[in-house]
Amino acid sequence: MKRSFVAVLGAASVLVLIGHVALAQATAPDPTAAANAYVNAPVNWQLWFPKSGSPMQAKIDWLMQYVLWIMTAVVVFTGGLMVYVFIRFNAKANPKPGTLTHNTLIEVIWIVVPVLILAVVIIPSLNLIYYEADDSNPYMTVTVTGHQWYWEYNYNSVPGLDYTSYMIPDDKIQPGEIRRLSVDHPMVLPVGEKIKFIITSGDVLHGFYLPSLGVQKYAIPGTSQTSWTIINQAGTYYGQCNQICGLNHDAMPLEIKAVPLADYLAWTKDALANYTDNTVVAPFSSPLPHNQLALRD
Amino acid sequence: MSTTHDTRAHADHGHHKQSFVQRWLMSTNHKDIGTLYITMAFIGACVGGTLSMIMRQQLMYPHNDWVTNGNTWNAIITAHGLLMIFWFVMPALIGGMGNWFVPLMLGAPDMAFPRLNNMSFWFLACGFVFVMLGLFMGTGTGAGWTLYPPLDNAQYSPGMATDFSLFSLHLAGISSLLGAINFIATILNMRAPGMTMHKMPLFCWSILVTAFLLVLAIPVLAGAVTMLIMDRNFGTSFFEPSGGGDPVLFQHLFWFFGHPEVYIMILPAFGIISHVVSTFSKKPVFGYLGMAYAMVIIGFVGFVVWAHHMFVSAIGTDSKIYFEVATLVIAVPTGIKVFSWIATMWGGSIEFKTPMLWAMGFIFLFVLGGATGIVLANAALDQELHNDYFLIAHFHYVLSMGAAFGIFAGFYYWIGKMTGHQYPEFWGKVHFWSFFIGVNLTFFPQHFLGLAGMPRRYPDYADAYAGWNYVSSVGSMISGLSTLVFFYVLYRVFTGKDKLADNYWGEGATTLEWAVPSPAPQHTFLDVPVIR
Repeated sequence: MKRSFVAVLGAASVLVLIGHVALAQATAPDPTAAANAYVNAPVNWQLWFPKSGSPMQAKIDWLMQYVLWIMTAVVVFTGGLMVYVFIRFNAKANPKPGTLTHNTLIEVIWIVVPVLILAVVIIPSLNLIYYEADDSNPYMTVTVTGHQWYWEYNYNSVPGLDYTSYMIPDDKIQPGEIRRLSVDHPMVLPVGEKIKFIITSGDVLHGFYLPSLGVQKYAIPGTSQTSWTIINQAGTYYGQCNQICGLNHDAMPLEIKAVPLADYLAWTKDALANYTDNTVVAPFSSPLPHNQLALRD
Repeated sequence: MSTTHDTRAHADHGHHKQSFVQRWLMSTNHKDIGTLYITMAFIGACVGGTLSMIMRQQLMYPHNDWVTNGNTWNAIITAHGLLMIFWFVMPALIGGMGNWFVPLMLGAPDMAFPRLNNMSFWFLACGFVFVMLGLFMGTGTGAGWTLYPPLDNAQYSPGMATDFSLFSLHLAGISSLLGAINFIATILNMRAPGMTMHKMPLFCWSILVTAFLLVLAIPVLAGAVTMLIMDRNFGTSFFEPSGGGDPVLFQHLFWFFGHPEVYIMILPAFGIISHVVSTFSKKPVFGYLGMAYAMVIIGFVGFVVWAHHMFVSAIGTDSKIYFEVATLVIAVPTGIKVFSWIATMWGGSIEFKTPMLWAMGFIFLFVLGGATGIVLANAALDQELHNDYFLIAHFHYVLSMGAAFGIFAGFYYWIGKMTGHQYPEFWGKVHFWSFFIGVNLTFFPQHFLGLAGMPRRYPDYADAYAGWNYVSSVGSMISGLSTLVFFYVLYRVFTGKDKLADNYWGEGATTLEWAVPSPAPQHTFLDVPVIR
């Protein structure tokens, strides 16, 4: 057992080392945004959730740590038990096998203790489900419609403001933009206000997924779902379509620009005047805007 | 358990030479059909595994050019999922090892309905042809293995590929259904005299529970698939919002089948692991009845948790709470199984032969995958984790490391009984360790990708996900090399000259398959053994 393990481990570590050198050469330098703007985007070698951009994401982050630490303890305990058994009861250490096949007490314990652990997990988890569902009294509502392969944002409180948002194709990326995440017209939202999303689809299923805000819902044709957020800090937040939707599923990201309320109100006037190219005439129609590109063949 | 008859005496009684066509195309022998199923699983795993290698090559670097067409990519991910589930894990565990060893463990001369058994296999083989057509025809089936409408309706997936994939599910479904009926009839009626249900080996229990899950779940899938085919071809609108249909209905029907399906894939592995752990600890299984009924409970509860796959789909708050709590309940019987395996080893005299290494890998990695399962069962957390790489990591820990490790444990445990030749111990261990390192390196970093928000089914991703994707791809190459070691093990087994004893594992192996010669002759238990 030892010989084979060492041989395999040696081979594996050599491969990983070679790979690491290749990787150092292959990775492009991270795109740098303007120095003063806050950008909440994934970073290379990231190990945990994005920095919380909303109170909801902060609560999800807390619950995730809570559950994951309990589960880590369970895995370490079980693994430790196995290692102890390997050492104590291997054929060399214990040449004569015992005959233990029943012990009512231990069997009751390993039913009761997991039930208690589950109870400890369930209580905060159920509270968070109710919190996530509470979309009452929003400051404003945006109807988000997924299309193959772009997003449409209809600001319910700003009549006529209904525009589309496309990913910037790889060959048109400008400095400061992020390949595969930046879009032509981001969703602009005010900081610190409760924003309700009504999420639906104009064709197939899509996934409205904003990890740094803790928001995710399917966009389903023929029905709508709601979610909500309060953005903590001005800056740029990213998300991606998270339900397979065909050819360009990976090419319809979400970008949110969070700005102070006054800037948001100014932007709505500006957008009404300048987003004419992208403005959608009526919900659920696909007007094939000027910048619809075949991103893949 | 021991037999009162010498089973060897009449082993080859009345056996006449068959032609190749008679033996392999018209077979009614449970061992030959089991071999056919294992061959099918081997082919399915090779094709499905090759597809996964192509995917990892594409994902090794951002903006890579292995698969530049999104339709091709979607066809590959769809075929990978369908092949690994229906043409690798299920035929290996249920059709393959189930056919081979359920009758042997029961002391039965064959399955209850041998011709049905043959039919069941050939439905599956035809289904394989159909799923490959679904991959290669036109732009392929690109809706993912879950086949959610409207993406796979006639408007968004024109062409015959999707119809072939849907019909392949019908064929695989009929195959599983017939096989399941056969197993239920065999296990309930053909146990050797004296073998009560409560004396039956745990592998037979696991196949019995699996068979009931199949009988209850497959017809629901068949209904959903039929409705999809009618939507595509006959103008119905079961899942069309414009015609009053509902895409969410398909998700409910699919997962009413799909969640029991995950237990269909893992329960037979549970059965195998129990025998391997007991054999190499040289101790009977701890808490036999608890082990058997834990599987029954897992099977039962597995039917009432399906909507936890739909926590971000159209589902109400109270439903979320019910499905979360019901899902978490499954952790309790699963815990009973894990702790009973450890208690089986407790006080034992453990030998770390290759099958035992796979079983230990299974237990630890299944616990790890189960732990992330508890995380994902939280509807509140699903709002962040649904459909991202954390989920991919979770279900590959329970499948690529759970079910696949169970299959390899069974393979190394029984290959001597099936072929009469023992595997080379050193290369078996090299295979285990290299596969163990490979799959962990592939799937552990995917937890990090998921936490960073990388969605599944993407052929290209933001550059920030490059690091862990690279590590994951290196891991998949190690698993690929490990598979070459497995091919060498197979070569050594099939060119082996050694002669094996009836019971080559010794005192720990107590079930009836160890009472017949190695390799097991064409006909066994012509005289019914009696269990004392």
